[in-house]
Amino acid sequence: MEDIIFYDRLQFAFTITFHYIFPQLTMGLSLLIVYFKWKYLRKNIEKYNDAAKFFMKIFAINFTMGVVTGIPMEFQFGTNWAKFSELTGSIIGQTLAMEGMFSFFLESSFLALFIFGEKLMSQKLHFLTGFLVFLGSWASGWFILATNAWMQHPVGYEILENGNFVLDNFSALFSNPWLLPAFLHNQVAAMVTSSFVVASVGAFYILRNKNVEYGKLFLKTGVIFGLVSSVLLAFPTGDWNAKNVAKYQPASFAAMEGIFETEEAGAEIILIGQPNMVEKKLDNKIAVPNILSFLTYQEWGKQIPGMDQFKKEELPDNIPALYYAYHIMVGLGTIFIGVMFLAVFFLWKNKLFNFKPLLWTIMFLFPFPYIANITGWYVAELGRQPYLVYGLLKTSEGVSPTVSSGNTLFTLLGFVGLYMLLGLLFLVLVGKTIHQGPRPQSH
Amino acid sequence: MEIFWFIIVSVVLVMFFILDGYDFGVGIIHLFLAKKDKDKEVIAKSAGLFWDSNEVWLVAAGGMLFMAFPTFYASVFSGFYLPLIIVLWLIVFRAISLEFRSQFNYQMWKDMWDKAFGISSLLLALFFGIALGNIVRGVNLGGVENGVSSYEGHYFFLPLWNSSFSPLTEHPGVIDWFTIIIGLITMVTLAIHGANWIVLKTNSTINHRLKKVVFKLNIILAILTLFSLGIWQVVNSNSLDNFIDKSYLIIFPIIYFTGLIGLFFIKKLKKEIHAFIFSTLLILGGITSSLASMFPVILPSTNTINESLTIYNTATTEYGLSVALNWGIVGFILLFVYMIIQKRLMGGKIDKMDYGH
Repeated sequence: MEDIIFYDRLQFAFTITFHYIFPQLTMGLSLLIVYFKWKYLRKNIEKYNDAAKFFMKIFAINFTMGVVTGIPMEFQFGTNWAKFSELTGSIIGQTLAMEGMFSFFLESSFLALFIFGEKLMSQKLHFLTGFLVFLGSWASGWFILATNAWMQHPVGYEILENGNFVLDNFSALFSNPWLLPAFLHNQVAAMVTSSFVVASVGAFYILRNKNVEYGKLFLKTGVIFGLVSSVLLAFPTGDWNAKNVAKYQPASFAAMEGIFETEEAGAEIILIGQPNMVEKKLDNKIAVPNILSFLTYQEWGKQIPGMDQFKKEELPDNIPALYYAYHIMVGLGTIFIGVMFLAVFFLWKNKLFNFKPLLWTIMFLFPFPYIANITGWYVAELGRQPYLVYGLLKTSEGVSPTVSSGNTLFTLLGFVGLYMLLGLLFLVLVGKTIHQGPRPQSH
Repeated sequence: MEIFWFIIVSVVLVMFFILDGYDFGVGIIHLFLAKKDKDKEVIAKSAGLFWDSNEVWLVAAGGMLFMAFPTFYASVFSGFYLPLIIVLWLIVFRAISLEFRSQFNYQMWKDMWDKAFGISSLLLALFFGIALGNIVRGVNLGGVENGVSSYEGHYFFLPLWNSSFSPLTEHPGVIDWFTIIIGLITMVTLAIHGANWIVLKTNSTINHRLKKVVFKLNIILAILTLFSLGIWQVVNSNSLDNFIDKSYLIIFPIIYFTGLIGLFFIKKLKKEIHAFIFSTLLILGGITSSLASMFPVILPSTNTINESLTIYNTATTEYGLSVALNWGIVGFILLFVYMIIQKRLMGGKIDKMDYGH
């Protein structure tokens, strides 16, 4: 039985990690595209329209990838997690079905119109189609986060005699106190990814001395949006989420912060250290006293329960992975604010476009928001362990009762192979689009 | 309320097969009949422009099934584990081939992805038909061995095939001679549907030939249909009972046969859309007739110990279904608006159109 849970979790982790490379870009990019299109409508300078259309091409590639890797996600609930689907389908089926109904139809219909239909409509309508694509992609995020929020902090349900969770209050799914902070944090994080990608393409064009006019526009837009979203990521959205974890999942909070022992008074904040699960302490620790208590409760001396306060079966099952995921996310987030602050400062001084070290840094920075986004999701998912539905349904109780571990391993290997091919082709395609630039000479 | 949601999910599923069905069919026709480069280009485009918005219907159907009939969703998706995952792989692979074929302008690259597109479309059509065949035939619910269930009564696990390839044994596999025949029917139906779509949406040089092809395929389809009706009686002897008890259900087979007969007159049809409507009726009638024949069962049990899954024993509670109906109505109205806008802006032949590229 242990194997099957391991392979099922690994398969879900692999397919969702790969999938989430794409939506985090499309959600953020759609807003930037709307911005470029809006600038074009106001200023009537072709450059802005070219920028909107160029990034819509990149959006479209990512959207396709998101669709084809997203269909397996929805199916996997049933194939690999049948018991979970049976027990909770009445509730999370609502939000997942709403995603299909209100988000995908909107997004896919108007994406086609935006890309193929510019000559068939007025510029204002073209702006509107772009806006609707943005709305669709953010609605998708909303419904997915609503689904996840229910798993993190179940509300509005009732448990029947046969163990099924059924919906008892529909609106509670959307007024879940977990939802709004998580949604905003997630969307701002998507903005960080896309701003960094836009800035990175800009830096590349400037450094390569090709499409320089576009390069400057992309870089400027990218770093300004990048700074704003990096700051919002930490405060208030990140802060708000951390407080939610402390309140609703105190065991996960202790694990992600790396607090093994409860302190008499205020809790320290860990900057660096490696969890030692044998001796139950952090090796090579660097920490600042009382800061965690202050950040979480605005009281220097407030006690925060450490992992020693919880039973083993209440704690997440992979504490080091959770701890590292959280610290990588927070560490990267801090670096993002620093780099983007510098970039905006040099932009303001009119020196950014000639300051090569910073341009190189920005160009190579783009993979890191992806890492931060994905580790952020690992924090949420590893932190929820050992539960699928926090406090109510264990992960081990959710797997398909009839599927053997041999079959799960087989499909996992298949997904790995297929997605490697997909990833390779994706890189080629995006590389080609960036190489062609906003105004391809041919055609 | 269960009936209501059964109808809604069926409508969404039928929409998926009508819409994505034509681009599967386009792939099949492309594989066998497109020879000139210009035809290959435009025929691939007649699927490539639309496949992703068509596949959204599959996602919608999956979501709604999950919400309204969670027990059915859990049982069927885990029970048909391997074929479903293989279908997912084919969907991904087919999408790759459509998106990548035109990215580099040399022949070997295009030929490679064209074949991939054709073969994955063909296999998908076959697999979806096999899936339908499995649903109609039923499965060994509860994994009964010698009169004892191995799992809870609503779970099962099907191997891809068993050694006899027969639907009549106690442990049928996914692929047996009955489901293969349903798979072939689906393949031929979708090939006809795809050919009609190509004629409707393009000016390819094989349009004239395609009408003859549709006529010939339709003869094959008629023979297969009659044959399958016969063996369906062998597999499941009370398969026609519903139509006798509730005679109004006969409307669904009538829809199917209207499509079938209509297509024999393809050479005389004045408008291209008429042929497409007839093949749409084929798909609509075929799926709804299969569902109607079983109603209210949605997955028959092949043993006598565990009862068949029905819309009543797999549905969620009244509250969930009724609250979903409220947002469902709003959603469908919005969807209808999008479709009208899209149709008005992007109707007509694709090769005459300038999309600003």
